[in-house]
Amino acid sequence: MSDHPVPPARPDDEYLMRDPASHPPAFAPGYKTSVLRSPRNALISLPQTLSEVTAPAFSADELGPLDHDLIRNYAKAGLAVGERVIVHGHVRDQLGRPVRNALVEVWQANASGRYRHKKDQYLGALDPNFGGCGRMLTDDDGHYVFRTIKPGPYPWRNRINDWRPSHIHFAVSGSGWAQRLVTQMYFEGDPLIATCPIIRTIADEAQIRGLIALYDVPAFVPLDSRAYRFDIVLRGQRATWFENALQGEAA
Amino acid sequence: MTGLHQPLRETASQTAGPYVHIGLAPKAAGFDIFENNFGSVLATAETPGERIVIEGRVLDGSGTPVRDVLLELWQANAQGRYAHPADRQAHKAVDPTFRGWGRACSDFETGTWRFETIKPGSVAGRDGVPMAPHVNLWIVARGINIGLNTRMYFDDEAQANAADPVLNLIEWEVRRQTLIGRREQRSDVTVYRFDIRLQGDGETVFFDI
Repeated sequence: MSDHPVPPARPDDEYLMRDPASHPPAFAPGYKTSVLRSPRNALISLPQTLSEVTAPAFSADELGPLDHDLIRNYAKAGLAVGERVIVHGHVRDQLGRPVRNALVEVWQANASGRYRHKKDQYLGALDPNFGGCGRMLTDDDGHYVFRTIKPGPYPWRNRINDWRPSHIHFAVSGSGWAQRLVTQMYFEGDPLIATCPIIRTIADEAQIRGLIALYDVPAFVPLDSRAYRFDIVLRGQRATWFENALQGEAA
Repeated sequence: MTGLHQPLRETASQTAGPYVHIGLAPKAAGFDIFENNFGSVLATAETPGERIVIEGRVLDGSGTPVRDVLLELWQANAQGRYAHPADRQAHKAVDPTFRGWGRACSDFETGTWRFETIKPGSVAGRDGVPMAPHVNLWIVARGINIGLNTRMYFDDEAQANAADPVLNLIEWEVRRQTLIGRREQRSDVTVYRFDIRLQGDGETVFFDI
């Protein structure tokens, strides 16, 4: 104890326990690849320590000025082809507080449904002016925004005629390691959402709806771009009135 | 409807998919777009601490290497301090040359991934009980519906490992061994070898953090 006269962490650094019902299970046989990539043992539930309540911080000077503009960040001889869209939203925690300075990284297929990836062999054409990735930090309100091309749907090897709905992948890094989240955003009105085996790994319809970006007419740029809104909720931190410090000493 | 006050629900996880590299490591996907790339080398020439490599593979339930996996590593510095304001340990300084975070992709042929870093110090756990030196790993890939969290400890820290409050949470002693990296010397490079088994015999312990 005498090595650590200052408590190593406070209880209010702890995150609410994760609700498994909010997420897909590891083993979801309709998504075939999960069958051999899912642990069979129960996760060991770990009372959080400094290792879980801390996480890397990122600064604006690590990102380039076009990193959040997918229409221009890989443009060589012209602009990327496809429907111009702005995607934006707030990153909040479960108590509704903005998550500031969160790193939001996104990646997607181009308008033809083709990824710029050496392992993607789909017939859809590559766009020489579109890379398909971007990144940004949330502002003081937890808001993020990027501009891109609406990705196309594409077939994938699961059942013989499975198609992914248009989607954008998100990886979000908040203020604690326990908040790390990867997900996918879908577009309101896409008929492929109803049958997608990856979406159907989630049992809860309300949780699926939370992944569908809403058409955001007020955020349209007239004569230029349409907009979609996608809000993200990361794990919240516990309220800890009348509670001792993690170390068992007064903070 | 119950009278319980409910917090907002966390956004649902979805798999990172086969093309996770495009977003998180575009050079591995085969193209160059960002000026600054996040990578697998955590330490600079100025970083204090013992230079180490952590290397391994992720194996699926058939024993086949997962060749499209991405891992992130988060660790304390050589003194055992995290570069984060929630770390209020006394007598330990943040090291300005060490963030303690990196990401690595498996090789598309062999499935091997590696981090170049320094060995972390011991960090105070709950109630001040020291935790043995360890690194935190987060694993995403096609077929992984929600990122997997685990830790790697060091086999040359047997005494500290035996007293580690997290290892001791694992009821099955035999499973604790799945979290121990094995030290090897390859000429002048110290390597900790750490294979992660997603399923089946010797399945790695994963944590609900």
